[in-house]
Amino acid sequence: MNEMIIEKSTKKTGNKAKAAAGKKAAIKLKEHIVEIISDSGEGAQKCGQSLGAIAAQMGNGIWTTEIIPAEIRPPARSVAGASGNRIRIGAGYITNGGDETDLVVAFNEQVLLGRVRAKELKPNCVILLESMWRSHSDQKIVASYIETHDRLVAAGYKVYEIPMEQECKKIVADAKRGKNMFALGMLCYLYSLELKLGADQIVLAFGKKDQSVVDANIKLLEAGHKWAEANLDFCYSIPAVRSTEPQLVVNGNTAIALGVLASGMEICAMYPITPATSASHYLSEVFEKVGGMVHQAEDEIAACAFAIGASYAGKCTITITSGPGYSLKQEAIGLAVMGEIPLVVVNVQRGGPSTGQPTKMEQGDLMTAIFGSHGDAPKVVLAPGTIEECFYSIITARKIAETFNMVVVVLTDAALATSQQPFPRPKFSETWMAPPVDQSPVAAGAKPYDWDETTGLARRFIPGQPGGMHTLTGLAHDRDSHVAYDAEINEQTLRFRSLKLAALQKTLKAPPVFGDPKGDLLVVGWGSTKGAIEEAVASMRAEGKKVSSMHLQFLQPLPPGIKEIMQGFKKVMTIESNWSDRPEDQIIDENNRRYSALAILLRSRYLVDVDCWSEVKGQPIKPGTMRRVMSEKLKKH
Amino acid sequence: MNMMSDTMSATACLLQMADEHFELEDYQSGVPRWCTGCGDNAILAAVQRLCRDEALRPEKTVFVSGIGCSSRFPHYMKTYGFHGIHGRALPVAEGVKMARPDLTVFVNTGDGDCTSIGAAHWIHAIRYNMNLTVFLHDNQIYGLTKKQASPTSPIGTRSNTTPRGSYLEALNPLTVTLGVQNVSFVAQAADWIPEVLFDIVKAAYHHKGLSFVRIIQRCPEWLPKALDPWMHDPNKVQLLHHDDGLQLSTGLSRVYKNQLEHDPMNIDRAREIASGHETIPVGILYRNPAVPCYEDLRYSDKLRTPDLTRAGLNAELDKYTVWPQEAKEKVA
Ligand SMILES: Cc1ncc(C[n+]2csc(CCOP(=O)(O)OP(=O)(O)O)c2C)c(N)n1
Ligand code: SF4
Ligand SMILES: [Mg+2]
Repeated sequence: MNEMIIEKSTKKTGNKAKAAAGKKAAIKLKEHIVEIISDSGEGAQKCGQSLGAIAAQMGNGIWTTEIIPAEIRPPARSVAGASGNRIRIGAGYITNGGDETDLVVAFNEQVLLGRVRAKELKPNCVILLESMWRSHSDQKIVASYIETHDRLVAAGYKVYEIPMEQECKKIVADAKRGKNMFALGMLCYLYSLELKLGADQIVLAFGKKDQSVVDANIKLLEAGHKWAEANLDFCYSIPAVRSTEPQLVVNGNTAIALGVLASGMEICAMYPITPATSASHYLSEVFEKVGGMVHQAEDEIAACAFAIGASYAGKCTITITSGPGYSLKQEAIGLAVMGEIPLVVVNVQRGGPSTGQPTKMEQGDLMTAIFGSHGDAPKVVLAPGTIEECFYSIITARKIAETFNMVVVVLTDAALATSQQPFPRPKFSETWMAPPVDQSPVAAGAKPYDWDETTGLARRFIPGQPGGMHTLTGLAHDRDSHVAYDAEINEQTLRFRSLKLAALQKTLKAPPVFGDPKGDLLVVGWGSTKGAIEEAVASMRAEGKKVSSMHLQFLQPLPPGIKEIMQGFKKVMTIESNWSDRPEDQIIDENNRRYSALAILLRSRYLVDVDCWSEVKGQPIKPGTMRRVMSEKLKKH
Repeated sequence: MNMMSDTMSATACLLQMADEHFELEDYQSGVPRWCTGCGDNAILAAVQRLCRDEALRPEKTVFVSGIGCSSRFPHYMKTYGFHGIHGRALPVAEGVKMARPDLTVFVNTGDGDCTSIGAAHWIHAIRYNMNLTVFLHDNQIYGLTKKQASPTSPIGTRSNTTPRGSYLEALNPLTVTLGVQNVSFVAQAADWIPEVLFDIVKAAYHHKGLSFVRIIQRCPEWLPKALDPWMHDPNKVQLLHHDDGLQLSTGLSRVYKNQLEHDPMNIDRAREIASGHETIPVGILYRNPAVPCYEDLRYSDKLRTPDLTRAGLNAELDKYTVWPQEAKEKVA
């Protein structure tokens, strides 16, 4: 029975790795999407990150996306267990993860199946599949492998079976440790990348361990390269123009941590939560070296309260979290708003509500960010749209928080958190940092809340300042910070706190329009969808469609000029990754349709008929999908 | 003109600093709005006296509280104060202390604030052992919200949520605190014995680490008779004394004959004393100055100058930088 299957499959296999394929001319590509997937713990993540770094070193544009299973150690060889990395490599600048995958390296057929079922592979995708399962002692595994293999071939995928395990065992006893470097070597060959750069990555990763580990990994890398050269009958090159400026390659969470460092903030209070934690991990290490501390509190409420206490008594402080933790912080955020204590809160959004989808991308927290906490609690909300903006948004947030004595919420998401994209290396400026804590005496008669009638701004007195003694309170209070029993005072102070948003709004510039300022359709977005929206718009425009886009970094307050921009278009819609009711659903109509968050904001503020389209599939919306959505919107009346 | 007054107040301040002498009124702010006979008044008096005696600089002193009658405390101090949200006084105070170890930080928290809504923070505050002086104003009831049972209400307490009497045995803040790793100071005081209250407040202030003082506090508004058995029978109060603890005056000894010599270093004995039911122990149950403080372990003594930040940032950026070919060749 088994023999039969094998026989059949050998016949069907059109792309068996050919012995001594010899060097073929590289096929020149503009871009390619590559992914490496394995069971978790087999190092596909590392392999992918290294591939991204090497391509970036070559001068290619890249965007890397982590493929993360929901569980830490899902069972081996399981469909839901794919762990790895997806790298979009381009000749020019790459702004997003792109559409489906062109080439995949899979360590077993089950994780591959997961990706096929998720429709993540292009129809004619090249698959480099570990072949060890074909001769496994467990007949069930053999059968499953062969069945999957044959089906993929039949479905038109170009499957190459690679004896990775067997080749690695010639070098190391345990092929599980090192197969990823063999794969990296193959990919270096396939994409005509300098092998030396791969070796550099190995030194960077294992340099601290003993030399034998480094040597073994380099051997594996070289073996992979050699094997591919000898056995594969194709290879690619994606010519790149090396930037003349130094480029930084980090993911969004690292960019945030670097932003914290650059902003001069010294205390970060947090409680572990996916996908935010890695920012604090990195910061913990950096602070040990540079000065500062990450406080892992007993919960998010404590983390937020700790940050507020530290901000109140010193420099502005930051707390980093994700959805559920952000919910827990709400009451404390309201306290910071009421007491006018500067505070930066980062919410790396994940799928919600409740525990939702911890490792998945979603933009579901915009409304909570703006309107969260009871009563009227005005705060500033920023959403970086690129990895670079992740870095600078923290510096901006710190500055606004301290200038306006406000809470500034920075919304990123799981996609930004784990994706890498090169951007010009920041050049540190002293103006990024907070001034030292003011300890000068307070002028006689000065009041702790001396609200300016026009802007609502007041300075704050910091403990240690002689003459500034007062009790900050979350109760309604007057200029002396005395508890106000008079409702009128409460109303006045609501006004002052709200005016601060208007004062900030007056300093903002109109958002730029991508494409012509007038046309048939304007797509509005926020956060991590920026690159994909602009890519889709650019390709629509190349086809002559009158589509433009506008991406908002400030969500609260909204910058000036938005209404005028929207009025230049026949149709306006948002594309977002949060829920909106589907108009085609039987009981959904104009009276009950729930719109996506930004669409609601734009409709209510500007009285413009803003439509929306959303997808909440836990991963970035693909530019191809967006193109389709835009075309449909253009066609509709 | 503004500058003038600034300079003047600066000079005034310098003069004040040179002469470190303070009067009670230097710490008094407003008229407390607590009910007559409320035990919080006695606590306020003891603390203001402490500030004066220790000449605490008002601008370097912060009182942090949560929400409740007792949490109004900071408003009545002419120091810095932080009247935050229900249950979260401790983490706020920890943040203050971490950012500014140079400040003297006190915490006022009610039994609901500390042992109910803030219970997680309470446990962890003991474990962090930051140099804070914490007063648990334990009136065994929710005062501000008008008489609901609190975790420390004795079983059978009639309240608005337990009209037939509360159902559960009271939580004992002393045994809980003494059970937490890193506990370094636990004392119990009673608001109606001001002399001992003051001595304990003082010992707590001088302890380096988190000093936890449970103050049994009267709430004549909601539980007017609850503490009568102890107030009317001094023998039901057991005073703890020791050469390394409190020394009792003769006047006090005349009234309170139920005394016990207790070495505050002895935690096993402290737990036993804390677990007693009939009499309430008053004095220092436990003190261990050797427990490290979280801020000492964590406070970065690196002053983050722009230069240090620049160097630190650039070192990090170097790890992730892709250099242009020419620049790389130059380096090589
Ligand atoms: C989150 C939240 N829940 C409930 C309240 C209402 N509340 C205010 S004070 C209080 C209890 C006060 O009791 P306690 O802490 O013992 O202080 P006391 O008034 O007795 O001094 C409650 C439940 C609140 N302010 N915030
Ligand atoms: S209600 Fe009780 S605790 Fe509150 S002020 Fe009155 S007596 Fe004091
Ligand atoms: Mg109480």
